[in-house]
Amino acid sequence: MKKIVSLLIAAVMLLAMVGTAAADNVIKIGIYEPASGDSGAGGKQETLGVQYANKVQPTIEIGGETYTIQLVNADNGSSADKGPSAAAELVSAGVSVVLGSYGSGVSIAGSPKFAEAGIPAIGISCTNPQVTAGNNHYFRICFLDPFQGTVLANYAFNTLGVQTAYCLAELGNDYDVGLVYYFKQEFERLGGFVIDETFPTNTADFTSYLDNAAALGAGVFFAPVSIAYSTQIIDQAAGKGVDFALMGGDTWDSNKVIESAQGSNLNILVSTFYQEGGNAEFDAGFKAWLNEDAEAMTNNGGNDMIAAVSAMGYDAYFTALEAIKLAGSADSKAIMEALWNVDFTGVSGKITFNEIGDANRDTAFIKQADTANGVWAFVCEQSVN
Amino acid sequence: MFQTIFPYLLTGISVGGQYALIAIGYTMVYGILRLINFAHGDVFMVAGILMVYIVASGAPLYVSIPVVLILTALIGFVIERVAYKPLRSAPRMSIMISAIGVSYTLQNLVLYITGGLNQFYPKIPFISDSVTIFGATTKMVTVITPILTIVLVVALVLLINHTKIGMAMRAVSKDFETSQLMGIKINNVISVTFVIGSFLAGVGSILYFSNYTTVIQTSGAMPGLKAFVAAVFGGIGSIPGAVVGAFIIGICESIIKGLDVILMKAGLTKQMLGLATFSDAFTFALLIVILIAKPTGLFGEKITDKV
Repeated sequence: MKKIVSLLIAAVMLLAMVGTAAADNVIKIGIYEPASGDSGAGGKQETLGVQYANKVQPTIEIGGETYTIQLVNADNGSSADKGPSAAAELVSAGVSVVLGSYGSGVSIAGSPKFAEAGIPAIGISCTNPQVTAGNNHYFRICFLDPFQGTVLANYAFNTLGVQTAYCLAELGNDYDVGLVYYFKQEFERLGGFVIDETFPTNTADFTSYLDNAAALGAGVFFAPVSIAYSTQIIDQAAGKGVDFALMGGDTWDSNKVIESAQGSNLNILVSTFYQEGGNAEFDAGFKAWLNEDAEAMTNNGGNDMIAAVSAMGYDAYFTALEAIKLAGSADSKAIMEALWNVDFTGVSGKITFNEIGDANRDTAFIKQADTANGVWAFVCEQSVN
Repeated sequence: MFQTIFPYLLTGISVGGQYALIAIGYTMVYGILRLINFAHGDVFMVAGILMVYIVASGAPLYVSIPVVLILTALIGFVIERVAYKPLRSAPRMSIMISAIGVSYTLQNLVLYITGGLNQFYPKIPFISDSVTIFGATTKMVTVITPILTIVLVVALVLLINHTKIGMAMRAVSKDFETSQLMGIKINNVISVTFVIGSFLAGVGSILYFSNYTTVIQTSGAMPGLKAFVAAVFGGIGSIPGAVVGAFIIGICESIIKGLDVILMKAGLTKQMLGLATFSDAFTFALLIVILIAKPTGLFGEKITDKV
């Protein structure tokens, strides 16, 4: 028995060696995204964008040789304490560059592992300033919370004409708390009044918070929370028949949100990175792919609506490829150097990085839920005045 | 003043009723086996997931609701037979660790099946509808929950006090070994306990998820923990204690979330104090205070040392 086992082990090891030897012309790109937990839905949609991009462009030419791009997934479970081990998993898999994560908290948690290994990371939709601040290896292709919070505050105050705003964030979630902070700062600067509260993780009952907002006469309920909480809030708000507008950040731009709002008469507004119809070719290709791949369809939430994070995932993949081309090698260090000089126009707009490693973005899209038809309706492009 | 407090009170009573239905499962199992069944909150969550999938498969509600309740009771029965019965004579710590294992198994199984995506609980006509009482708009389920809870608890108390199996349960909870010697088939009694506990958790899950319609694999964790606190608060092992404890915790939690607004409307404070943040902390602090003042809980039996 023991002999058989040891023989088997030896055979497996041999196979593994052959496997690595044959994988000469492969560049590995790590996908550091949540596939489970509160942000699982969003993480999966972001990953879909990357997977689709990989399907569109599976190889890259470097110095006359063709390399195959291999995607390596690691599930960071949407939680800051699982992040570092998922990051370590990618590092030991030998990835050249990392994409992700959905959720700023986990991105910050995984960051030191990538820094130690000298692997550059490209944030796709993590909007908290701390992700890229004070380091050289973390880049990001989306706008930031100070910008997003300001845009939303401007929209609420100037366009909606609201004087009192109620803000709700998950306790200890960097993304929520940060965004609320910037929203509050701008809204108060404009002359409005803000009430902000936080709720503990795993809360399911938001009716009390909705009652609070109603009792205080808020005109807008701003809750930039994870998708799992947002659907609870929307459903309970619909049950209560609230008369204030619900407002969310980029996380709310999800078909799960639309699904839970359908048939109600709520006014739901979100700011986001990409508006379906922004690039017809991408939209058509992505939808066709979702419709022929059943698993991709399930990961997208069961329909072929395009989430902004999928478009961002698509752009992140090509940004990485652009950097690999500029670097002319699969070496992480060279790619990190090259990323600073990337100048690339993706489906979500032009991507160049500033001295912190953030993309230069100056507009956000505001979308409104069309609850009768179950789709997002484009409202306007909003920039900061 | 009443207008301000009423919506919070309404939510609190409803949440309390749902905690009560879960808490009974904890307290009954503890009463019989002296075991804290940590998997109970997850049985509650699995009942929610079952409902999502059974309704999605096209079954009408009058079929899916009974099927969910029967399946949930069956899950409780199977868990006991597979994970707890073989450990009957093992130290109590082993069986508790087995319970934690079952809890994680259920959570990860659901994570695997749903892929970690939040599922929407189906809308049940009538109880998912909106209703306005004294100017507060809420779902019908909020009103139904406390009534249904009390009906079920009365039925359960009647069952325990006036039937043969109820007598057997009381005997087993008084003295495990002696009742065995007296010819009570304790395995049957224990199975019945788990079936009743899981059935009530199933009813609780229908009410709870009709109100809070998102189900994920961790959905059972917080209600389970709160229900456990309620059971300890009321005196673990006592059914009326668990119910009273659950209502107190539900109401306190809801009032704390709105306390800032209530104080402001009453003119006692000028600005928001951020008290809502402490709603959970308060629940657990209350537990500590009660346990210091009355270690056996509100309705707990006195511990008598048998020599």
